[in-house]
Amino acid sequence: MRPELIKEVTYVPYSGNMAAAEAMRQINPDVVAAYPITPQTELMQFFADFVANGLVDSEYIPVESEHSAMSACVGAAAAGSRAMTATAGPGLAYMWEVLGIASGMRLPIVMTVVNRALSAPINIHGDQSDMMGARDQGWIMLFSENAEEQYDNLIQAIRIAEDERTRLPVMVGMDGFVISHAIERVRLLPDRAVEEFVGELKPMYPLLDVDNPVTHGAVAMTDSYMEFKRQQREAMTNAYKVIKEVGEAFEEAFGRKYEHIETYKTEDADYILVITGSAAGTAKYVVDKLREEKSIKAGLIKIRTFRPFPYNDVMDAIEASNCKAIGIFDRAETFGGASGPLFEEVATTQYLRRKYYPMTGFIYGLGGRDTNVNHIEEAIDKLMRLAAGEEIPLVNYLNLKE
Amino acid sequence: MIEIRWHARGGQGAVTASKILASAVIREGKYAQSNPDYGAERSGAPLRAYNRVSEKPITLHCMVLNPDIVVVVDPTLLKAVPFLEGTDENAILVINTDKTPQEVREKYGIKGRKIYTVDATKIAMEELKRPLMNVPMLGALVKVLNGLVDIKTVEEDIKKAFGKKISENALAANVRALYRAYEEVQSE
Repeated sequence: MRPELIKEVTYVPYSGNMAAAEAMRQINPDVVAAYPITPQTELMQFFADFVANGLVDSEYIPVESEHSAMSACVGAAAAGSRAMTATAGPGLAYMWEVLGIASGMRLPIVMTVVNRALSAPINIHGDQSDMMGARDQGWIMLFSENAEEQYDNLIQAIRIAEDERTRLPVMVGMDGFVISHAIERVRLLPDRAVEEFVGELKPMYPLLDVDNPVTHGAVAMTDSYMEFKRQQREAMTNAYKVIKEVGEAFEEAFGRKYEHIETYKTEDADYILVITGSAAGTAKYVVDKLREEKSIKAGLIKIRTFRPFPYNDVMDAIEASNCKAIGIFDRAETFGGASGPLFEEVATTQYLRRKYYPMTGFIYGLGGRDTNVNHIEEAIDKLMRLAAGEEIPLVNYLNLKE
Repeated sequence: MIEIRWHARGGQGAVTASKILASAVIREGKYAQSNPDYGAERSGAPLRAYNRVSEKPITLHCMVLNPDIVVVVDPTLLKAVPFLEGTDENAILVINTDKTPQEVREKYGIKGRKIYTVDATKIAMEELKRPLMNVPMLGALVKVLNGLVDIKTVEEDIKKAFGKKISENALAANVRALYRAYEEVQSE
């Protein structure tokens, strides 16, 4: 029996990587396979310490690449075990092929992605190009604003992934360095409470059930491939409901609310910002500052669930506000697209309700570029001009050297 | 909320000191952040680290541009980096130097701002026998923070951070360096 380390709710000074590793220790997965890559390296180092010190029962496989890390997780999950991993930026890119195998085989693998820019030029810092690049590989995608959310989201992700209605892998992103390497206050839950919340994995069609042999990862040609994909859409639709339910269960057990989106002062807002990740925290500060200093009513919609995208939640929040203009913040590019990937989702949201709000996109924070209070103020200023009828381009860069 | 910027050189332990400060504040039930400004890490190269300290939750996830307090760990940086950048005349400077605050003010033509000095290099050389000025500078900063965090909590966090990594003697020397700077820091 592994030792119980945290017996009551404890507040600790943790980085995002420490918080994610602690969640993995408490989840105690059967198999963890990983390959080190900045800024995720530290996370796996912490977890390797837990393994070496007998604090988890996990089989830890330090593989030779991210492609292998995900492949090992696929094998382990297909065998009927609970498998986890973590990666970042180019590591996620190298995993890309196997990401689709994990989701296509409906394996409930949970992974932290420490969001990092993609090469070239080489850059180790935070942006969300990695996860946006993996958007269509069939994974449920959650984003965390801070270290505590990464911890809470990972714990919830186990239940979301393993629910019989979903059986899909989940990736949980946190911004590289600004969250992964910064120390802040994190609330840790007791070991036993986490154990109880995540419960036991119920294997479905495990390879190791030799009395009931099954085939995994079979060939599916023109006669059956599409039906598999159709079922994945169904599972992703179900995930919307499951994520919501697990969030409610988490709130009931631990008192912290998790929904698909978090709204911050949107009810009476004239200008709405839509942001995912750590910049949402900075935006909350700016929203308060502008209300206090200039009586400008801005509000924020923070996207926690990116896949399945919560179209209704976003539109409900916009329609319930006084929205005159929307600013979408993208920490990733989609070169040749109208604006960033999040912009496209929010545009679709409006189409689905037959609505039209003036909207513009802000590309920010690529390769870890600082997005500070003044940059978000600048964005809100542009939104005010947009609302007043001025023509504003669909792509605006924040803190760009020009 | 108080925002702090550290100026040091790679290998002087400023990032560690900033983490220890955040840790102590959080363990006292308040809120804090410690963010290193990671670049290409080279021993001896100028680096910055940041702290935010508050009674209320902190949601900012960006660089500290307008610090309330600037800590200069290495005196040679006074000539090498723009340590006043982003500060206004109410800012507090905590500087490692063998000079008095008045001498620093005159030498660098600093207007306004409150200047504190401490000879952290001397304290480090006498107590630690090595130019590791991070812990004495932390001691001076804790004094300047004027009760926001208890020096005893900081001492505990130093023991937590270093306890398993260094000898008992070295740990005791660090604690002495912490308290000496806490006592010896001087203002105008």
